[in-house]
Amino acid sequence: MASKRASEELPVIARFEVRRRNYLAPDGSTNRPLPAFATDAKLLVELYRSMVLLRLFDRKAVALQRTGRLGTYAVSLGQEAVSVGIASAMREEDVLLPSYRDNGALLWRGVRLEQILLFWGGDERGNQFSGPVHDFPFCVPVGSQAPHAAGVAYAFTLRKQPRVAVCLFGDGATSKGDVYEAMNFAGVHKLPAVFVATNNQWAISVPLRLQTGSETLAQKAIAAGFTGEQVDGNDVVAMRAAAEDAIAAARDGKGPRFIEAVTYRLGDHTTSDDALRYRSAEDVQAHWKEEPIARLRSYLVSQKMWTKAEEEQLAAECHERIEAAVERYLTTAPRRPETMFDHLYADLPEPYAAQRHELAGESDA
Amino acid sequence: MPEVTLVEAINLALGRAMTEDHDVVVLGEDVGVNGGVFRATAGLQRRFGAERVLDTPLAELLISGLCVGMAAQGLKPVGEIQFMGFIYPCLDQLVNHASRMRNRTQGRLTCPMVLRTPHGAGIRAPEHHSESTEAMLAHIPGLRVVIPSSPERAYGLLLAAIRDPDPVVFLEPTRLYRAVKGEVEDNGEALPLDVAFILREGRDVTLISWGAMLKETMAAADTLADEGIAAEVVDLATLKPYDENTVLGSVAKTGRCVIVHEAAHTGGFGAEIAALIAERGLSALLAPVTRVTGYDAIIPMARLEQRYMPSVRRIVTAARKACQYN
Repeated sequence: MASKRASEELPVIARFEVRRRNYLAPDGSTNRPLPAFATDAKLLVELYRSMVLLRLFDRKAVALQRTGRLGTYAVSLGQEAVSVGIASAMREEDVLLPSYRDNGALLWRGVRLEQILLFWGGDERGNQFSGPVHDFPFCVPVGSQAPHAAGVAYAFTLRKQPRVAVCLFGDGATSKGDVYEAMNFAGVHKLPAVFVATNNQWAISVPLRLQTGSETLAQKAIAAGFTGEQVDGNDVVAMRAAAEDAIAAARDGKGPRFIEAVTYRLGDHTTSDDALRYRSAEDVQAHWKEEPIARLRSYLVSQKMWTKAEEEQLAAECHERIEAAVERYLTTAPRRPETMFDHLYADLPEPYAAQRHELAGESDA
Repeated sequence: MPEVTLVEAINLALGRAMTEDHDVVVLGEDVGVNGGVFRATAGLQRRFGAERVLDTPLAELLISGLCVGMAAQGLKPVGEIQFMGFIYPCLDQLVNHASRMRNRTQGRLTCPMVLRTPHGAGIRAPEHHSESTEAMLAHIPGLRVVIPSSPERAYGLLLAAIRDPDPVVFLEPTRLYRAVKGEVEDNGEALPLDVAFILREGRDVTLISWGAMLKETMAAADTLADEGIAAEVVDLATLKPYDENTVLGSVAKTGRCVIVHEAAHTGGFGAEIAALIAERGLSALLAPVTRVTGYDAIIPMARLEQRYMPSVRRIVTAARKACQYN
């Protein structure tokens, strides 16, 4: 008991808090006054259209994979609001550092559907983005792009450019030193970087409770010296608002921010995974009530910003766009084998030029 | 021309590169105010400011990852890892990102970075401070691995590494940092990468080495000369990609080859050179290619490290045997 008394007498030297942001309830009603941008019906509709396109595109990609025309693919099912909401608050000159499940952000920034298919179809040319050429490609080794974001943001600071590095990763990545080391450095130098953890509750089969003993992921930013906010990741209005605030603060020299986007992975990890091995269909079903697309649609319909006719037209448009992209993907001839050497070094060293030559000869034979 | 030590030559090259190119940034643990644990970056922060010569948190993975991010933005980062034993957290960044950024984006993003680190044993340092695991790095496609063996080559090759548009791991022979002096004119002239240097010509046997082991290799060549054996000494200098032609040309001339490296025997870079000679130089051989290397043991701490490292005597014996072979 003596030790308890002693600890009660110790002064508190720091207190921290983590806030949560949400505007739209699962039924599309509002929990609080919406941010200013939400009066812009055009923007809300654009966010909606992008999420629908992503979901339909994912469905097509899985169908292609199941019929042997695409490699392993990672769907965004249930978490479309995160990548779309974040990207929508970025400027062209900002730099995106995405993980492999952030198709929504890439599409918003102008990457073409067929480029995403090319990547997952096993062709490096998929990373020759038609979106901002300075954006990073998909990062597969989990969280390892976070230090790049810090390096990019440091370059902005050094060159006094008002640009922001936006780094997306998953809940699993927050267990890695990479993410902490990057955030720690960003905190030291108050870098213009925004780190976003898409907390979809699952790192393949490992649930969040085995990933961390931390109450929130947002609080991980506190140790790095900056604000972490938890956001309803199924509420695209909240995602957009949180991203706007964080990106604006970073651009204004106020340092990095961290956003924990709480959502749920309604699909398998990838097409190579069967989530029923580690979670029940009932659990997943319960989360369908919270998914982001129906939520925004309910709100838009209630505000007379969206009609059934527009919904039907959108479905038809997406279908047409996706089919055209699939056609371009499927008719893209593979690269010649020897091109595997073409971007190895700026100038191919002599010993490898000989190997390239040999491979080219084999291909012709 | 002024005589400088190898570590001073590194410092001169860094200062020159930072003067001529404002995109060059130096980063690492203690590189700023302290000037680096070996003083390689001494005075740079005072000259170029704390933004361009920055003390990072104590996190090696971060240092390499920052370099990748900076380089993708067109900066030319030069990261320092204090000892090669601490480079291993960087391997993920080197293998998965630095070496393949150009390829995976088909040239859209590139990675003009240099990661410097002291290499090798022999300075009675604590555990984990005596590594020579260069073969591991030389196995990575898309990377360059460079290791100088004199002040002149340290200066010229580091300048070349910094100017190179692709990622380079620059290994610095710790044991030679202050043990050798040489004339270096700070004139900004780089030496070519991917090229081996013939340090001594000879017709009887080719001795191939790199980094600090060239000290023993050159001493062995002196001893052999006293016995009437003319050894040709090749400093490989760039291990990835390495100069196959100089190796094959020398062996074609001498017909005998001894490869000397401090790193462990099995899977060491000597195996690569021996295989090259077996594949493309066999007809010239008058004796089996042999390797004089560290043992397949953990590099011992200070009391035994000298017994681990190849000695002049071992090199001389191997060369003599090659010359006596028939």
